[in-house]
Amino acid sequence: MAGKRVTVGDVMELVEKDTVFYDESGGGITFSGGEPFTQPIFLQTLLRLCKEKRIRTAVETCGFVNSATLLGSSPYVDLYLYDLKVIDDERHRKFTGVSNKAILENLRLLSDSHNQVIVRFPVIPGVNDPDENISQLGEFVSSLGSVKEIDILPYHELGIEKYKRFGIKRKMPEVQPLSAERVSEIAEMLGSFGLSVKVGG
Amino acid sequence: MNERVRKLRQASLDTKPRISVERAEMITEFYKHSGELSATIRRALAFKHLMGNKAIFIGDGELIVGERGPLPKATPTYPELCCHSLEDLQILNDRKKIPFAVDDQTLAAHRDRFIPFWRGRSMRDVIFSEMSEEWKSAYEAGVYTEFMEQRAPGHTVLDDKIYRKGFLDFKSDIEKALQNLDYHDDPDAYKKQKELEAMSICCDAIVRFAERHAEKAREMAQRESNPQRKRELERIAEVCTHVPAHAPRDFWEALQAYWFVHLGVITELNTWDSFCPGHLDRHLYPFYKKGIDDGTLTREQAQELLQCFWVKFNNQPAPPKVGITAEESATYTDFSNINLGGLNPDGSDGVNDVSYLILDVIDEMRLIQPSSNIQLSKKNPDRFLKRACEIIRKGWGQPSIFNADLIVEELVRQGKAVEDARSGGTSGCVETGCFGKEAYILTGYLNLPKILEVTLNNGLDPRTGKKIGLATGDPTSFESFEVFFDAFYKQLRHFVDIKVRGNNVIERLFASYMPAPFLSILIDDCVSKGRDYNDGGPRYNTDYIMGVGIGTLTDSLATIKYHVFDKKQLSMKQLLASLKANFQGHEIVRQMLWNKTPKYGNDDDHADELLKKSFDALYNVVSGRKNTKGGFYAVNYLSTTCHVYFGSVVGATADGRRAWDPLSEGVSPVQGADTHGPTAVIKSASKMDQIRVGGTLLNQKFSPSLLEGEVGIDNLAHLVRSYFRLDGHHVQMNVITAETLRAAQANPEKYRDLIVRVAGYSDYFCDLNKALQDEIIARTEHKSF
Repeated sequence: MAGKRVTVGDVMELVEKDTVFYDESGGGITFSGGEPFTQPIFLQTLLRLCKEKRIRTAVETCGFVNSATLLGSSPYVDLYLYDLKVIDDERHRKFTGVSNKAILENLRLLSDSHNQVIVRFPVIPGVNDPDENISQLGEFVSSLGSVKEIDILPYHELGIEKYKRFGIKRKMPEVQPLSAERVSEIAEMLGSFGLSVKVGG
Repeated sequence: MNERVRKLRQASLDTKPRISVERAEMITEFYKHSGELSATIRRALAFKHLMGNKAIFIGDGELIVGERGPLPKATPTYPELCCHSLEDLQILNDRKKIPFAVDDQTLAAHRDRFIPFWRGRSMRDVIFSEMSEEWKSAYEAGVYTEFMEQRAPGHTVLDDKIYRKGFLDFKSDIEKALQNLDYHDDPDAYKKQKELEAMSICCDAIVRFAERHAEKAREMAQRESNPQRKRELERIAEVCTHVPAHAPRDFWEALQAYWFVHLGVITELNTWDSFCPGHLDRHLYPFYKKGIDDGTLTREQAQELLQCFWVKFNNQPAPPKVGITAEESATYTDFSNINLGGLNPDGSDGVNDVSYLILDVIDEMRLIQPSSNIQLSKKNPDRFLKRACEIIRKGWGQPSIFNADLIVEELVRQGKAVEDARSGGTSGCVETGCFGKEAYILTGYLNLPKILEVTLNNGLDPRTGKKIGLATGDPTSFESFEVFFDAFYKQLRHFVDIKVRGNNVIERLFASYMPAPFLSILIDDCVSKGRDYNDGGPRYNTDYIMGVGIGTLTDSLATIKYHVFDKKQLSMKQLLASLKANFQGHEIVRQMLWNKTPKYGNDDDHADELLKKSFDALYNVVSGRKNTKGGFYAVNYLSTTCHVYFGSVVGATADGRRAWDPLSEGVSPVQGADTHGPTAVIKSASKMDQIRVGGTLLNQKFSPSLLEGEVGIDNLAHLVRSYFRLDGHHVQMNVITAETLRAAQANPEKYRDLIVRVAGYSDYFCDLNKALQDEIIARTEHKSF
């Protein structure tokens, strides 16, 4: 949890220990973060080595990365899990501190060149759960040719303990998790855009 | 579940076990007046006497009939094996866990008749009088246990023969064998004649037992005013007239035939692991299919009959155990373990409609007896595994899952024919055997960490100060880990030698005094060889020694190697001082041992190499030794509740475990030492070459939330398939949070029906003693894959 320095060799040794489980389940390795593309060479090397060993790869990204790096990884990635939070740029800036122009553009470019992209939508009550954002999101994602699936990740409180243990002050205001009814409403709205919707994932 | 089954099930749950003197009275009376007879004829006539005279019980609403005692849960004793003292009876009556009610009449019968006749004559007394001093010292120190000190060898399972033949057919097979005896050139012909005559008497006895049920049912039918019940009783009479004299003709008769055979086996002797129908789905399928095809049976009727059959198992608690036997196996469960799926003898997929039907029965009945498992082959469909996972997810530990393909390999490696191997499977907790053809006797548990402790004390038992082992040298003088391990190996061989010598004596005692002519009819090739089950009659005769605490042993060895010899962070002297003090004043050392050492269960070769080394050591000192029945010794790894008893005699261990705490169970990692998730546990456990043993037991505990939804089932199924791909033998799951278990500990009255997986069987959490409850709570709860 506190992290440690590892080499490419260390990671590959760990990855290969679980080969039997990938073979049996059709699974593989998922690189997530933080943001894995913040260490682009390290990530690219690992992805390339995994492909050499015929291990399936997935990468979770927030999309706020260099386009060339992102697209350059695509020959070595079987599946992208691409986070989208807010479509309205103003609102995006307000909550994340950055514009989402690059994020949306990257997703469009990626979906043009790669056909295994799942969009993930972390829903935070009061931040990105208004109907307006959801329909904008549905519209945008369904306009991308190759993205067929969107996974809703409802806000949960599992991280609170972790913050406490590490003595980090949470900047996040107190938020109640979404009700099950609201989650299925959101799922239905997104489904109406012809997308396959999963909760969790 | 319909109303009939609901009532029968509830009555079984509500009835408290008590001791019945019926059998003890009859056997004592018989022995007193039987005169001089050969042992085998005496046992046959004793069996006939019991079957011909014991009370017959047919309960309200029952469809499958017959009880071992005069009433459900009225549990007989076997004074010819173990004659309880008045003090034993008091303990049985008073103990908080697993009690048996004892009334004044029972006490008086023991005082006046049983004890005066059997004291000094029961097998238990004979066995202890024949054991050497060194055997007794090691036994009392808790180095091993002895399975036959209160119960008889059984450890076998039935194949399909009673569904093809009745006992009149068996009797005619026996007659033929008698006619073929060669009195001129076979010096054993007369001995064989007596064995076969005894078996023939037993055929008559079991047929008579069934007839007596038919008579009773007819009598009850005449008095019955409810027309539906009257018809049922008439049908019961018809069934009991036909089976087991003849081969069963339909589903109902098949179940009833087995049940009479089961009662016969567990009445003849107090066999370990009671008895078991083995591949019940496979045996019942032809009857099921015929009934469905010709319209005489519906799935619902078959389910009801199976459920009535299930209740009968639950009505028979394991006969009362006392002393060390009660500690190593503290449960009412008697380990009849139904096998589902697996492979047909021709190697094809053995899953059929009855496999799914029985899974539904297991799910609905939720009883601790019978136990159940699926034999999972690579050829079995995922649907079968996933249906089992759905039941497992409900959290009460059944069914467990075995690797059918590996079991075939284990048996073939031991030299058995492949068809016999495919007819085999699992009995008891995790034991591998050829059903209907093998006596695979569990002889006793072996306390591996205790042997390490004796090594660290140069042959002394530090608990008592008594010398029980070899003087293998002062451990502070050992220059390398190899020298140290060599000392351990010598002690291990020493204790296995003592145990095997004792076993070989006990085996002869049973062959001489306690033959089992009824059981011999059921297991090939006793009839064709004219030899008793307890004297090498079966086609295969295997003796097992069961290693306990291999996790604790591995982690302790890893600690010694890592800290004392490799890193030299701790001297042997310091380690010994910390252990002696039970870490009092050495908490820093304990923390280092517990937290800063490679541990088994994390896919870490530093520790797992020592697992392999320990596994090989036990394999080398046990496997392939000859027993007295023409068979061989082998190893398996299970512990029932023995890891708690063994822990209670072992002081602090080098892995940071405190004195008297439980050891690790089965081949599971030390409780809480596996911190890298279930996949790492599986990788570690599969580093043992499990083909070379006759069973390993791996417990895993999951948070219920991890197995939610179809994804949870898929993930669990993948995990199991992965372990089996790596040649794992068995895995079983608890799906429960530590929170729930703690709540049950605090408020047992609210959790009376909470069932958990212990070690190879499920039991009511509230029936477990505190140490075992704590041990289960301490097991790592996997929260992610």
